[in-house]
Amino acid sequence: MAAEKREFWRWEETNWVSPDVTWQEAEFITVGVDVGSVSSQAVIMADGQFYAYGNMRTGSDSPTSAQDALNFALEKTDLRPDRFNFCIGTGYGRVNVPMADRSVTEIACHAKGANFMYGPTVRTVLDVGGQDIKAIRCDDKGKVTNFLMNDKCAAGTGRGMEVFADLLGVPIGEVGDRSFMINGEPKPVSSTCVVYAKSEATGLLRQGWATNEVLAAYCAAMAERIYSILERVGVEPDFAVTGGMAKNRGVIDRLKKLIGIEPLKPQWDTQLAGAAGAALFGLALCRKGKGRKG
Amino acid sequence: MPATYGYSNGSGSYFIAIDTEKCNGCGDCVAACPANVFEVVDEDPNDPFREDPLVIVRQDKNNKVKYECNPCKPLSDERPLPCVQACKAGAISHSW
Amino acid sequence: MITAGVDCGAKNTKTVIIKDGKIVAKAGVPTGFDRKEAVEASLGKALEAAGSTRNQLDHIGSTGSGSKSVEEADVRVNEIKAMAAAAHYFFPNAGTVTDVGAEEARAAKMSETGGVEDFAINEKCAAGAGAFIEAMARALETPLQELGPMALTSDKAIPMNAQCAIFAESEVVGLIHANAAKPDISNAIHTAMAGRIVSMVRRIGVNPDIVMIGGVANNPGFVEAFRKELAVDRIYIPEDPEFGAAVGAAVVAAQDGK
Repeated sequence: MAAEKREFWRWEETNWVSPDVTWQEAEFITVGVDVGSVSSQAVIMADGQFYAYGNMRTGSDSPTSAQDALNFALEKTDLRPDRFNFCIGTGYGRVNVPMADRSVTEIACHAKGANFMYGPTVRTVLDVGGQDIKAIRCDDKGKVTNFLMNDKCAAGTGRGMEVFADLLGVPIGEVGDRSFMINGEPKPVSSTCVVYAKSEATGLLRQGWATNEVLAAYCAAMAERIYSILERVGVEPDFAVTGGMAKNRGVIDRLKKLIGIEPLKPQWDTQLAGAAGAALFGLALCRKGKGRKG
Repeated sequence: MPATYGYSNGSGSYFIAIDTEKCNGCGDCVAACPANVFEVVDEDPNDPFREDPLVIVRQDKNNKVKYECNPCKPLSDERPLPCVQACKAGAISHSW
Repeated sequence: MITAGVDCGAKNTKTVIIKDGKIVAKAGVPTGFDRKEAVEASLGKALEAAGSTRNQLDHIGSTGSGSKSVEEADVRVNEIKAMAAAAHYFFPNAGTVTDVGAEEARAAKMSETGGVEDFAINEKCAAGAGAFIEAMARALETPLQELGPMALTSDKAIPMNAQCAIFAESEVVGLIHANAAKPDISNAIHTAMAGRIVSMVRRIGVNPDIVMIGGVANNPGFVEAFRKELAVDRIYIPEDPEFGAAVGAAVVAAQDGK
């Protein structure tokens, strides 16, 4: 049996061009570049419609990652950067995006992007990235009304999950499914701190717990941790989950049970929300007459 | 909007909220804070459409506010925080 | 009067026997996953070293996160009280005491008689405990005992941005890749950790003399970084500081046991 290649952090880098949009007819071409700790995206919009995007792993530094993601997005197009009317950098490396006219926080961009990608009914956006958890409340225009970002502590982040997958020797992409291959639901790991949760898990294994049970106990602890952050801003439907963790049902299905709300089904790659929001802000600023002269 | 900075970890929650509707970017809190936690910015990083200056928690302080703010929070002598006191608009609050 | 103090900690379980105010025996074992077994082993070893039997003990004081596993104890001593009693026992002029263990750090301000006036605890987060330095030693692929002395050979200040031990591990790996010297990285690790403990101590006030107990007090790199950050001349550390809380428990058992 061939081993299935489903590693979460080894996702395929993708780029895409819309077959329906002709950039030549657009009044404003705006670009959003989201440089995250793990992945970077560039989204190019023509008058607020997805025209092209590139999604790839973040490289050694932010400027290179931004440029690479943008080149990747442009690869299959005949569009050139001098046609851009506005470019906004966002994400962890947002101040180091060389082609950006300004930067906007990922909080604002994720809300704006989720409003566009999931529709104006979204009121709560959760983004779980490699190194942070963002809980965002927004109005029907995608304007942020409250937010909380936790980027100091690895508990509940993608990195925390990666540490656990390493400890248990389970490919990260299998974590979600395997955490449900158990009888009953174990008590969540009690330590919030990833370092202490690791020793707790080692203890459970020695007591004879199966790997999948420990996975389940950790996924449940992650869900509780994320829930505690969401609770601080309050959860109001509709609820959208962006970022990489959206693909881990071990955590998301347990989180769903805690909050009692079904997240919206994504139409686009969940990782694009930040860059899409940035491109939309660029468009709004162009329409206010603040775009590049040209 | 309450712009919330800081974090929570296993030991507790350490958040500083700045109400962006109340904050006028005067910078009195910047002068009052002995740990240089705040700064005035011309563009709201969370709202590209805002035209007025605003105070934010500096990015390099955001992930250690628990430690940076400790000197203003002696356990035996509960007194008003300099930043909260300095803010005439009443825009700043601490969660701990 | 003979008393035993048993400190069942996250990592090690330690027992101290005190006879008429003098320490006569100490024994420690790894706590492992069976705390009761660890308590039995350390108490047994300490009694053997003291040449005493269980029946000769007037009282047993227990402390530490696993103190409930010390079933024979008749005096339960909370960690703060144990720490202050130990500091006062070793250094009667102690004004502030801090106990930095594997998974927790505590600090207390003391009265002249050794009573606790105020205290602070850092728990449930590895950033402010010995576990942080252990995790960094693994990231640096350096034995824990060598990490502290190594830090003393560097006077270069590399700032560390990450607070969380998990993120700090990646930062350390990044520094290694950037060809930073190991002693400089080690110095950065200890300075960062000391800064967090000092900020906890500052909350309760810095009253000389400053006493430190707990396993991390054996780490000269940490102690020096702690001293510098506190801007004091000396940190008072007893012999075998990891037995500090057990000493405190034995002292309090002698005072409070009925």
